[in-house]
Amino acid sequence: MGILEVKNVGKRFGGLQALGDVNLSVKENTCHAIIGPNGAGKSTLLNCLIGKLIPDTGSVMFDGQSVLGRKPHEINQMGISRVFQTPEIFGDLSVFENVMIPCFAKRDGSFRMHAYESCDAETDIIAKAEAMLDEVNMLEKRNVVASSLSRGDKRRLEMAMCLSQKPKLLLLDEPTAGMARADTNNTIDLLKTIKAKGELTMCIIEHDMHVVFSLADRITVLAQGTPLVEDTPENIKGHPKVREAYLGEAEV
Amino acid sequence: MTDQTTDTRMDATRPRASAAHKSSGLLGLTGKDLGLFIIVALLTILAPFILNPFPEGSALAQFNGGYPDLMQRFVIFGIFAIGFNILFGLTGYLSFGHAAFLGVGSYAAIWMMKLLTLNVIPAIIMSIVFAGIFALIVGYISLRRSGIYFSILTLAFAQMSYALAYSVLTPITGGETGLQLKATDTPLLSNLGPTEIGRANFFGVDMRASYEMAIGDWLFTFNAGYYIAAVFMLLSFYLAIRLFRSPFGMMLRAVKSNQQRMNYTGLNSRPYTLAAFVISGMYAGLAGGLMVAMDTQVGPERMFWTASGEVVLMTILGGAGTLIGPVLGAGMIKYMENIVSKINDGILHQWFAFMPDGIEDFLVFVIHPFIGKGWHLTLGLLFMLVVIFLPGGLVEGGQRIASVFRRKETKTSTVEKSAAEQQQHSE
Ligand SMILES: Nc1ncnc2c1ncn2[C@@H]1O[C@H](COP(=O)(O)OP(=O)(O)OP(=O)(O)O)[C@@H](O)[C@H]1O
Ligand SMILES: [Mg+2]
Repeated sequence: MGILEVKNVGKRFGGLQALGDVNLSVKENTCHAIIGPNGAGKSTLLNCLIGKLIPDTGSVMFDGQSVLGRKPHEINQMGISRVFQTPEIFGDLSVFENVMIPCFAKRDGSFRMHAYESCDAETDIIAKAEAMLDEVNMLEKRNVVASSLSRGDKRRLEMAMCLSQKPKLLLLDEPTAGMARADTNNTIDLLKTIKAKGELTMCIIEHDMHVVFSLADRITVLAQGTPLVEDTPENIKGHPKVREAYLGEAEV
Repeated sequence: MTDQTTDTRMDATRPRASAAHKSSGLLGLTGKDLGLFIIVALLTILAPFILNPFPEGSALAQFNGGYPDLMQRFVIFGIFAIGFNILFGLTGYLSFGHAAFLGVGSYAAIWMMKLLTLNVIPAIIMSIVFAGIFALIVGYISLRRSGIYFSILTLAFAQMSYALAYSVLTPITGGETGLQLKATDTPLLSNLGPTEIGRANFFGVDMRASYEMAIGDWLFTFNAGYYIAAVFMLLSFYLAIRLFRSPFGMMLRAVKSNQQRMNYTGLNSRPYTLAAFVISGMYAGLAGGLMVAMDTQVGPERMFWTASGEVVLMTILGGAGTLIGPVLGAGMIKYMENIVSKINDGILHQWFAFMPDGIEDFLVFVIHPFIGKGWHLTLGLLFMLVVIFLPGGLVEGGQRIASVFRRKETKTSTVEKSAAEQQQHSE
């Protein structure tokens, strides 16, 4: 029994069957990669996990509880954080505030009326946010308005925001797209370190095979809304069906 | 919020977590905030002097704003705008019905004075309570939508309240004529003579009591009502600063910036926006209660949509999302409403008398549409200029001027330059 159990999930947009009959089981403290061509339904699948979309059929169980019908903030409070394909950050706020907010959400829950206390007095939150920014090498950019960051920095920031919550399950939707090679490697190292601590389950969507094969314990190949195969990285590499459907074109 | 394109550093409305360990400050305020609060407090206390810079009888005396009625308006509308800014400036939800809460506060206050006591404090407390309850209901329903639909819902509520006060609820609101203190009112705790009309007081001090001080040709008026309203304004302002700098304030800015991200970060944006809505409704109620405390009367026009629009103008004119902007905007609009509207052709002729007749007449002819009843035109133009050239409002104007000076200074020495940059950092 995995920490995340997706069973027979289907989602239709008008005439388009974006997800057919998806089954997915992610074991605790492993990294599960989902790969597949553009439009395969990878992001749609993640949307079904975090309450952005409600699947037409099937069930999604996380940590023994169903996530279906719960609001996005409730699902996050259960322990699922997500890095989006296009960075979702608080653009008008400073980098530091961007990281403080998830720290508050983790500590205080989905709502707390602390309108009189000063942010400057929240030393534990500040310390946490500083440590997190340090981990992603963004401490010197703490006072920069988040919207003025480069695309790669926005992703790193979003990742820091998610990691600062110490989620049980981290969903990453193409976390290294738009990053320079060096930043990609830093990101891989960061995720590896966190993974080595054994406190985080990851589900990663990625087109960069270097990232996938560096991190993944298991890989699911999704094409046209249905999983083609699920196996270990070694087996996936040599799988004829996969080469044909996906890797072939990626390696050109 | 003000000019992100040119300056990626944070402006003064953001917490300076980096400076956290350095200073704890007075009253829980640090650095710039404390300075700002002290300046506002001094200006408010010294307003009777500052607003009357011209000697009585001089040609410029009509620009004097230091009379009780206008000074009271400054601080009361300042409170209204401070509260409105907590909702609009921080969360970005544009309410077009805040005058309804002002009105509800006013009606609650006058009933307290009619029934219970002529002391203004219970009246003011009730105005806050009733406005808060009403805001809870209106906010709960309106906040189901965002953007223009939210604005329309609040507008609809306010116009409904206006219509009810105007007609259906006449027994409670006095309909078109509104409510005043009358000789027939017998407040429970105030011993009035049989035909005596009650006067609002603060533990015995008549709200209309004024002390006049003449220094040379100058006349300064110190009014009890003004100072009581001013204390409430300073308190409101102080609480607003605390709110801006609090985690709650940060969440409200998160709502404005990216509500989706907020929800996927485990925060429920609805109670945050509702709390902001209720708080700003309570500020409006306080303003309404203070209005009654000053002039002991209220009419339904106080809830009309133009009154709701006015506070939007005040906030945007001064600078939405900034601390002091709304107060500046409120002052600006009330000053123009009361001073520019008083200037007439006769006064203009007097000013331009030194010019040749033809030019004098021409100037008067040109300026005529902008004065007297035409003050709305002047205000409209000013508003357009600000929105186009200073999207951050008057505060942005001030910041730009300040940064020009800073740049000049920094050219002189590199040491100063790094200091100024550090200051910008900590801003
Ligand atoms: N909200 C929506 N409404 C309608 N169609 C949608 C919606 N979201 C996704 N789709 C469609 O569903 C299909 C799957 O989209 P999805 O974003 O899940 O693909 P993906 O595997 O993430 O692709 P990519 O690698 O390009 O990110 C696409 O054809 C897309 O156009
Ligand atoms: Mg996608």
